[in-house]
Amino acid sequence: MTVASRKTEAENGARPFQKAVPDFSKEQDLAAYERMLTIRRFEEKAGQMYGMGLIGGFCHLYIGQEAVVIGMQMTLKPGDQVITGYRDHGHMLACGMNPKGVMAELTGRTHGYSKGKGGSMHMFSVEKGFYGGHGIVGAPVPIGTGLAFANTYRGNDNVCLTYFGDGAANQGQVYESFNMAELWKLPVVYVIENNRYAMGTAIARSSAETNLSRRGLSFNIPGEQVDGMDVRAVKAAGDKAVAWCRAGKGPYILEMLTYRYRGHSMSDPAKYRTREEVEKVRATHDPIEQARLRIIEKKFASEDQLKKIDAKVRALINEASEFATHDAEPDVSELYTDVYR
Amino acid sequence: MPTEVLMPALSPTMEKGNLAKWLKREGDAVKSGDVIAEIETDKATMEVEAADEGTLGKILVPEGTHDVAVNTPIAVILGEGEDKSAIKDVKPSQQQKAAESAAPAKAEKAEAKAQETPAPKQEQKPPQAPEAKAASDPDIPEGTEMVTMTMREALRDAMAEEMRRDKDVFVIGEEVAEYQGAYKVTQGLLQEFGAKRVIDTPITEHGFAGLGVGAALAGLKPIVEFMTFNFAMQAMDHLINSAAKTLYMSGGQMGCSIVFRGPNGAAARVAAQHSQDYSAWYSHIPGLKVIAPFTAADAKGLLKAAIRDPNPVMFLENEILYGHSSPVPKLDDFVLPIGKAKIARSGNDVTIVSWSMGMSYALQAAEELAKDGIDAEVIDLRTLRPMDTGTIVASVQKTGRAVTVEEGWQQSGVGAEIAARIMERAFDYLDAPVARVSGRDVPMPYAANLEKLALPSVAEIVEAARAVCYR
Repeated sequence: MTVASRKTEAENGARPFQKAVPDFSKEQDLAAYERMLTIRRFEEKAGQMYGMGLIGGFCHLYIGQEAVVIGMQMTLKPGDQVITGYRDHGHMLACGMNPKGVMAELTGRTHGYSKGKGGSMHMFSVEKGFYGGHGIVGAPVPIGTGLAFANTYRGNDNVCLTYFGDGAANQGQVYESFNMAELWKLPVVYVIENNRYAMGTAIARSSAETNLSRRGLSFNIPGEQVDGMDVRAVKAAGDKAVAWCRAGKGPYILEMLTYRYRGHSMSDPAKYRTREEVEKVRATHDPIEQARLRIIEKKFASEDQLKKIDAKVRALINEASEFATHDAEPDVSELYTDVYR
Repeated sequence: MPTEVLMPALSPTMEKGNLAKWLKREGDAVKSGDVIAEIETDKATMEVEAADEGTLGKILVPEGTHDVAVNTPIAVILGEGEDKSAIKDVKPSQQQKAAESAAPAKAEKAEAKAQETPAPKQEQKPPQAPEAKAASDPDIPEGTEMVTMTMREALRDAMAEEMRRDKDVFVIGEEVAEYQGAYKVTQGLLQEFGAKRVIDTPITEHGFAGLGVGAALAGLKPIVEFMTFNFAMQAMDHLINSAAKTLYMSGGQMGCSIVFRGPNGAAARVAAQHSQDYSAWYSHIPGLKVIAPFTAADAKGLLKAAIRDPNPVMFLENEILYGHSSPVPKLDDFVLPIGKAKIARSGNDVTIVSWSMGMSYALQAAEELAKDGIDAEVIDLRTLRPMDTGTIVASVQKTGRAVTVEEGWQQSGVGAEIAARIMERAFDYLDAPVARVSGRDVPMPYAANLEKLALPSVAEIVEAARAVCYR
C-alpha cells in the first residue's frame, strides 16, 4: 500500500498499515484473483436477481470484502471448519461450495443447499466444512468456539475460523466465548470483518474501543489488525494465526479492515455514508483490482489471459443463475420434513 | 446484443417505485457498479447500479415517472460496438425471460398489474402434518430386580451408562465437575470420566449453550446442564434459533444431537426469578423434544433415550423430586421411548393429565377422590413434545371428563394445549368442559403462605375433578 493511500485510509477513519506484505507466487495470485472475482460476479448476479424478484427476503452482499475469505481459506487444511453470520455467500464459495447450489438456495429451489428451506442466511455443507450461515448477530461466535472445542475433544489439530462483523463484536456472547476459548486453549481464529458499519452505524458511533484487535486483551488473546483489502496480507496474517491455533496455543483474533460497497442488505438506502467515500475505496483499495494490477505488472498473465478468466467466471455464474432460475420450487411434501431426525 | 435494465425490487415488499432521477444520460458510458438512477421505494430513495458494461443507449422511463412496476424495462444498455440502431432489435433480456418462465411471486404480481386481469393464483395445499408415533415401553422381564433409588441417582446412572457406552458423550455446565453438581446430579462423574468429559464452565449460560451447540454440530453428543432452567433464559437464542432450527434450515443436512437438562419449575422459597415452569415455553418449539419425568425409572430410561436421540432434547427435571425414591428395574440397558405417556393409575370416572411435579399432586388427589367413590385415571405425559395425544384421547373417550394439572401459568400453557386437543379429537365424548388446575397468574411470591397459594394443590385438583363429574 502506498503512503498516499494510507493517508486516504486515515481520512476515512481506517488505520494505516506499516507491515510489509509478502508476495504471492504466480499460482497464488492467479488463483486468488479468480476466486475473488467469482464471489464478486456471484454477488452482482444475486443483486440483479433480487431486483428481479427471484430472490426474496434479506440478501446481504459481500462485494468489497472478497479478499478476507479468499486469503483466510488459503490457510486451511481438510477437516478445518468455517462458520459465519448472515453475509455468507462469499464464505460458502470460498469453502468450495457449488455456486449452483448456493444460488438455488437464494431463489428457494429444490437443489439449493438447504432444499430451499434456509435461504441466503442459512446454508450449510458438512462435506465442505461450512457450518453456516447464521442469521442472529453474534450467535456464530460461541457455536464456532464449540466447533473448536470438538477438535480439542477429539485430539486433532484442526482449526475453526469463526467470522463475525464489527457489529457483532459488541455482543456479550462474544466475550463469554473469548473467555472459554482462552481458558481451554481452543483452536479458533476469530476473524472480525470490520467493514466500518454495523448496518448503518459507523464503528466510532457504536464502539468504545474501535481497535477491535484489542478486544481479546483482557482474556490474553493475541490480536492484530490486517489490511483486509489485500489478499496477501490476509493470507500472511491467517497463516500466523492458524499456526498458533494448531500448535495448541489457544485462540487468535484477526481484525480485517475491509469495506462493503453495497448496502447492509438490498433495502439499505446507505444514507449514513457518502457516495464519495464508497467511490474512493473502490478506486484505491479494491481487492480484485489490486490483484489484477499486480498480475499485469509482474507479467503473471496478460490482459487477454485475464479476460479469459473473466469470461470463464461469468460463464460459471450465468450457469448458476440459469440453474437457480429454472430449478423447481421444493415439493409441498418438504414442508414437514427435516424438523426431526 | 443490447440489454434492458429493469425496474428492480429493492426491498422484500416492494411492488412498484418512482423513477426519481437519472444520473446517467443517453450516450454515457457505464460500467458494472455505476449508479445510473435513483428510485424512490415505499421505504427510501435507493440507487440503481448498472450490472453490465456498455453505453446507456436509451432511457425508456423518464425521470419523475411514478408507480413503475417492478421488472418494467427502464433503459437499454448497448454493448461494445453496438449503436442506437440496435435498440429496435432489443429482445427481452435473458434474465427477464428467465424471470417470466420461473414465475416468481413478484414477477407475477408485476405482470398481473400490467394486464389488469390477475390470473387466479394456484394455491398449494399444505400436506397432512405427520402424526408423532412412539413405541410402547419395553417389557420388563419377569423376575427383574427392582432397585429403589432417588431420581438424582437414576439421572446420574443414566449419564454414566451413556458415557461408558459412547465416548462422544460429555457433560458440561456450572459446577458439574469438582463441586459434584450444584444439586449433586453429576456426583462421581468427574472421578470416573475425568476432566476432559466432565467440564466445569464459567457462569456464562449464553456462551456455553452456544458452545454445546457447536460441539453437537461437529458430531459430539453434549449433555449441557443448566444449574436451573431459570438461567437458561440467558441462552434462549441458542436453544431455539441454533439448536432447534438448524436441521430444518440445513435441509436435513446438519443435525444437533444435544441434551439440555437441569431442574425446572418451583423449588421452595426461592421467589419469582428462581421459580418458573418452562414446560410451555419449550414445548412450543418445533425441532425440540421436551421431556419432564416424575419417577426415577422414567428419569433414567428417558434420559438415556434423550442422550441417544439425534435431536435437541430439553430434559426438565425438578429439584423437589431429586430426593424422591422409587423403584428402577435393574437392567443392563433400560431405555424408554420418547413421546409415550404412561397411565400411572387406571380409572373410569375422570382423566387427570399431568407430568413432573404435577403428578405428585395428581396422584394424591386420585387417592382422595377414591375415598368419595370417584375413580380417577391419572396420565403421566412424561414427554411434552411430541405429545402423546392418543393416550389422552383414549382415556377421555372412556371417562368423558378431564382435568389438567401444571405448575406453570394458564395462558398459552400446556394445559391449554391438552384441552384444545381433547376438544378437537374427543369433543363428542366430553360430558363436561375440561378443567385446568395451574399455578396462579402471578410471579412466584416469597412468603411461605403466599407461595403455597400460588402453586396447584391436591385440594384444587379434587375440587376440579368433582366439578367435572358434577359431584
